[in-house]
Amino acid sequence: MSASAPPTLAVEHLTTRFATRDGTVTAVDDVSFSVAPGEVLGLVGESGSGKSMTGFSILGLVDPPGEIAAGSIRLNGRELRGLSAAEWRALRGDRIAMIFQDPMMTLNPVLRIDTQMIETVRAHRRLGRAAARDLARDALARVGIPSPDERLRAYPHELSGGMRQRVAIAIALLNAPDLIIADEPTTALDVTIQAQILFEMQTLCRQSGTALIWITHDLAVVAGLADRVCVMYAGRIVEQGSTAQVLETPAHPYTRGLLDSTPAVQTASCNAGQARPLHPIPGMAPSLRALPPGCAFCPRCGRASTACEATPPLVEPAPGHVVRCFHPLVTTLDEAAR
Amino acid sequence: MPLFILRRGLQALNVLFVMSLLVFAGVYAIGNPLDLLVDPNATQEDMARAAASLGLDQPLWVQYGRFLARALQGDLGDSFLHGAPALGLIVERLPATLELAVVAMLVAVLLGIPLGLWAGLRPDSLPGKTIMAGSILGFSLPTFWVGLMLIMVFAVQLGWLPAGGRGPTTDVLGVSTSLLTMEGWRHLLLPAANLALFKLSLIIRLTRSGTREALLQDYVKFARAKGLSNVRVVGVHVLKNILIPIVTVVGLEFGSLIAFSVVTESIFAWPGMGKLLLDSITQLDRPVVVAYLLLVVTLYVVINLTVDLLYAALDPRVRLAGARQ
Ligand SMILES: Nc1ncnc2c1ncn2[C@@H]1O[C@H](COP(=O)(O)OP(=O)(O)O)[C@@H](O)[C@H]1O
Ligand code: SF4
Ligand SMILES: [Mg+2]
Repeated sequence: MSASAPPTLAVEHLTTRFATRDGTVTAVDDVSFSVAPGEVLGLVGESGSGKSMTGFSILGLVDPPGEIAAGSIRLNGRELRGLSAAEWRALRGDRIAMIFQDPMMTLNPVLRIDTQMIETVRAHRRLGRAAARDLARDALARVGIPSPDERLRAYPHELSGGMRQRVAIAIALLNAPDLIIADEPTTALDVTIQAQILFEMQTLCRQSGTALIWITHDLAVVAGLADRVCVMYAGRIVEQGSTAQVLETPAHPYTRGLLDSTPAVQTASCNAGQARPLHPIPGMAPSLRALPPGCAFCPRCGRASTACEATPPLVEPAPGHVVRCFHPLVTTLDEAAR
Repeated sequence: MPLFILRRGLQALNVLFVMSLLVFAGVYAIGNPLDLLVDPNATQEDMARAAASLGLDQPLWVQYGRFLARALQGDLGDSFLHGAPALGLIVERLPATLELAVVAMLVAVLLGIPLGLWAGLRPDSLPGKTIMAGSILGFSLPTFWVGLMLIMVFAVQLGWLPAGGRGPTTDVLGVSTSLLTMEGWRHLLLPAANLALFKLSLIIRLTRSGTREALLQDYVKFARAKGLSNVRVVGVHVLKNILIPIVTVVGLEFGSLIAFSVVTESIFAWPGMGKLLLDSITQLDRPVVVAYLLLVVTLYVVINLTVDLLYAALDPRVRLAGARQ
């Protein structure tokens, strides 16, 4: 990816809060990143770290009591915050599409596949039913669904989980969006199908220049797929950089911990087959209602010091590799090289 | 499908048989209709003649056997009181009850679904809360009390609507109806409102809870992520899902509307089946009571069958037991 291509999506200082009965929860806290055309960004973190909320914020789908409290979201240079409901609707499913985690739940059980696809086309384009149906059939064929004409007439329950997720992907592709947000779309599927879908998505996005945000809790998935990686913890991005930077020279203790607890993360320069002992991160993901002051990872961090009770600074060990920590594992290029 | 309907029919025959047995014995146990039918001063001989002519001199099992034999030929016996065929008496009154029930159900559905949707979409708004408070009232106020209040306010105090009776009717293909004249509607309005109130509350609550639940589902969020309009998300994605339980409940409640319109019919002197049943019970007019209950059971069976067929039509995941793919 050339770093100079203007980004499809630029998110800056995005903050999304929920007003709950016992106080405000900041689900997305001062998050900044960008995605270039055709680029795949992996958004990684444990469950509850705010990955989905980041996605919904970009789609303008944060429901009350949640709201985007600060920051900017620019799609191809256009600011999305402050758009009217109708303007958001015109973007959703057209310029930005989303794929959800559980394919069993995302398709409406009482509507046929063709209904659910045709309506997506016609919400955004003045097309007749027949023309929209042709597009739907082509989209199904593109994601590798056999005999798409027959599948169009099926109800969701007549398809397998993998098939349903392919349909959801086809729906996301229908209007050739600039950006697709895929929220753990393969987590619920078995490994072979997961690998197929990963490969197909990657190819489709590369071909069409679609930017892709791939949300996952699984670093192994990101290793083979993403160009860049953001690691989220308790609503914040604690580390981001190219996939090689983050996976090979992780600078944040949390990223290190994730790597040590993930079997077989292999990047290009890793020795294949090299067995590592697995070390789970001690402790549990924190509740966003009771975050410690300063670094949220502090209670679980082996490198923590009293300094960590203040908000950690951003450190840039290498160009494009940014980490938010007082005591990062690498601080300079030299260290990274060792 | 035909197999499914056939099985249902056989089940229904079973239920009808057991039902007739129970009701027959039940009414027999309550008292002797002769005491009410025949002049207390009548001679012993008159009594015996009356008993013989009605078949009441026979032991119960013989009476039941005779009833069953005639019932199998479609004859449910003659009313002790009126001498006319019991089924005929009831069927004569069926249009009045049916008309009342249909109008009440339509009111409940046509008001209840939109109100329930509103309350489900905006649960914290003032209209949303008002709708819910109203439905709680509609649930908890007794039907007879509401009926009396309606009469007090709209008939007695304001004098806008008649207090009772069916008013003029028009014959359409041999069936009498109030729906074709203004005066007929004026008579129908209060009893229909009375009968509708409970069902309206029920449908509001059902629609509201269904809507709230559906809104949390991924498929709704996905529909919104596709950029669909709110009208399409609510009107198609949400409504098509919540319609499934609503159709079921509406069907079952419609049966109970017909069967238990007794209270409303007697308050508003509505000449329907409910009022006939009440009169027949007090007179121990067994053939009418039995025929009434058998008819109601049959109606229930037909309605349940319709509900099941509708259910299968609405929900693609449902396959009727015994129906082949
Ligand atoms: N409706 C809500 N009310 C309050 N907090 C919420 C609500 N929805 C999400 N959150 C908060 O947002 C956090 C992030 O959620 P999410 O983005 O779904 O995490 P992830 O996708 O990383 O598993 C959750 O831990 C939760 O505390
Ligand atoms: S800031 Fe301190 S507590 Fe937080 S990750 Fe870095 S070293 Fe650990
Ligand atoms: Mg999530």
